[in-house]
Amino acid sequence: MATTLFEKIWAQHLVDETADGTALIAIDRVFLHERTGSVALKSLSAAGRQVQDPARVFCTMDHIVDTTPGRGDDTRVPGGRAFIIETRAAAQAAGINLIDVRDPDQGIVHVISPELAIVLPGTTIVCPDSHTCTQGAIGAFAWGIGSTEAEHAMATGTLRIAKPRTLRVRFDGALAPGVTAKDLSLLLISQHGSVGGNGHVVEYAGSAVTALDIEARLTLCNMATEFSAVSGFIAPDDKTFEYLHGRRYAPKGAMWDRALLHWRELVSDQGASFDREIALDVSELAPMITWGTSPQHAVPITARVPTAADSGTTAEAYGRAMNYMGLVPGQAMQDLPIDAAFIGSCTNSRLSDLRRAAQLLRGRQVAAGVKAICVPGSMSVKRAAEAEGLDAVFRAAGFEWRESGCSMCFYAGGESFGHGERVVSTTNRNFESRQGPQTRTHIASPETVAASAVMGRLADARSLARAA
Amino acid sequence: MDRFETLTAVAAPLLRANIDTDAIIPSREMKTVSKTGLADGLFAGWRYTEIGGRDPEPSFVLNWPAYANAQILLGGENFGCGSSREHAVWALHEYGIRSILAPSFAPIFYNNCVRNGIVPVPLEGDIVRALAAQVARDPQSNPIVVDLAAQRVVAPDGTQYPFQIGREARDMLLEGLDAIDLTLKSAAAIAAFQRRDRDLRPWIYLEKP
Repeated sequence: MATTLFEKIWAQHLVDETADGTALIAIDRVFLHERTGSVALKSLSAAGRQVQDPARVFCTMDHIVDTTPGRGDDTRVPGGRAFIIETRAAAQAAGINLIDVRDPDQGIVHVISPELAIVLPGTTIVCPDSHTCTQGAIGAFAWGIGSTEAEHAMATGTLRIAKPRTLRVRFDGALAPGVTAKDLSLLLISQHGSVGGNGHVVEYAGSAVTALDIEARLTLCNMATEFSAVSGFIAPDDKTFEYLHGRRYAPKGAMWDRALLHWRELVSDQGASFDREIALDVSELAPMITWGTSPQHAVPITARVPTAADSGTTAEAYGRAMNYMGLVPGQAMQDLPIDAAFIGSCTNSRLSDLRRAAQLLRGRQVAAGVKAICVPGSMSVKRAAEAEGLDAVFRAAGFEWRESGCSMCFYAGGESFGHGERVVSTTNRNFESRQGPQTRTHIASPETVAASAVMGRLADARSLARAA
Repeated sequence: MDRFETLTAVAAPLLRANIDTDAIIPSREMKTVSKTGLADGLFAGWRYTEIGGRDPEPSFVLNWPAYANAQILLGGENFGCGSSREHAVWALHEYGIRSILAPSFAPIFYNNCVRNGIVPVPLEGDIVRALAAQVARDPQSNPIVVDLAAQRVVAPDGTQYPFQIGREARDMLLEGLDAIDLTLKSAAAIAAFQRRDRDLRPWIYLEKP
């Protein structure tokens, strides 16, 4: 019988099933970070329970760790130092793999897990972090959980979950120059809503997805959680295998060959049926940007701020978002002046993201009065960027160049953008006060953020590229 | 985890869509590596007049005497979206919330509720708004009933609304079961799976760090 990729992964991990359909699913990898993993490790140990297989549990420091040069355990997040120190102690006591503050592999969990080939095709991987779905880009079932569920996964090597329904989202057509995976995400969520994927796992497919490189696929899968999906993933292909080959935790030698045979089976069969399907033609797609306070509030960069009638949201939510964002219906998105620009986060902080932004910044300057920050997603990305001189491009343009971490993707009481400031950001959430008290966030691709930083207003990177 | 008995309680309306976990417990309010001490930070950005302050914001519904001792929240679509932080649910529970009625829930938040004795009740938006309107006449004398065993909500006017919940989730809430204890009963099945799986997918199993 023709089956979907998700059903294949599910069947391979099914340990047991209860009468009502709740499944006991084997978990191949658990990842933790110091914000939510620390409490899971402490609680597990307080209950007198052990990590069943510490070799398959990993922990990084990304959420609270400072990103200014010369950092150590001190951080501007209130109480942050204790999170770092307690996480380290708990990780060492449990005997799990710890990627500490000064480790050369340190970085954002969803950047370093693929980089080190901790996530592999066909694996189940969980982390107490909502953006774990990012890692589905490798062909894994990767999803965010709570800390209690993380304890369960570590103590038993399994999770009890209800089987989600399947949704295939096809993006077909060739993306125009300057249009990226980020724009695909924003298009989907703007058209089908921030609850459009609820109850489902999403398989992204179609010619536009196959054409994406692995880093772009990670960007696409990153925002499945903003679609309220359990997770998103992409069938692994030669690009995936080439990407993984030789990386730290990838199988080696004869074991690689054996794994590869298994991985090549990880596709949805011809004729496999999904519970739902969505198809989008993206050949005419323009770069997207958010205007409001939900990722579903997105429009093309060339568009105007929507009226209530064409906002795709209720009058109440529209009014609240417009008021919060300080917008007038009908004004051109590109007329909005910005106070700050941020390039980073598990969505868009990989080498290819930085290269594309640097391409636009080379020989240009960030507009006067705009605070601009670039935070590479991992120390490995940072080193690679520096080896090709990207740091010099960012610095010369007026960007701060940071150590890796989640940084100002969210406000945790430490560093933030100012009250009421308008920020254009490569991150994934434009919620009220996400990047600072009353901060107004517009999310977009690295291209759009770089071009906007230069222009001092929201800008279409394609115009800037043409002007060169 | 406490057993969930039939709940008859004051219900407070927070009907806006997309209430995210950072609104429920701002990151800056997660001050220690702990599951407790979080109730004061619940809805801090809305509940207090300034960041980090503790002066009640008069316009916020949970500060109104009419909604004192609310144990039920009436929410909007996509309740609990955003960060996976279970601190949102721990804060709600510590504050006294035992059930949330909303048109839809973010999946991670939903599971976190079930693991911590809070009953997530999916009900259509029109029903949630109608419940809020009935309660609003006098919240203290118009409680809502959440009867988990019967999977129904009873409105102040006596109207009954059935709701869906998975059987295992319902039983765990009703009996206050710990999921790890339950799963450890399947230890033999897990060990057998891992033996088989080591032969099928040996590359999954890593050397000790």
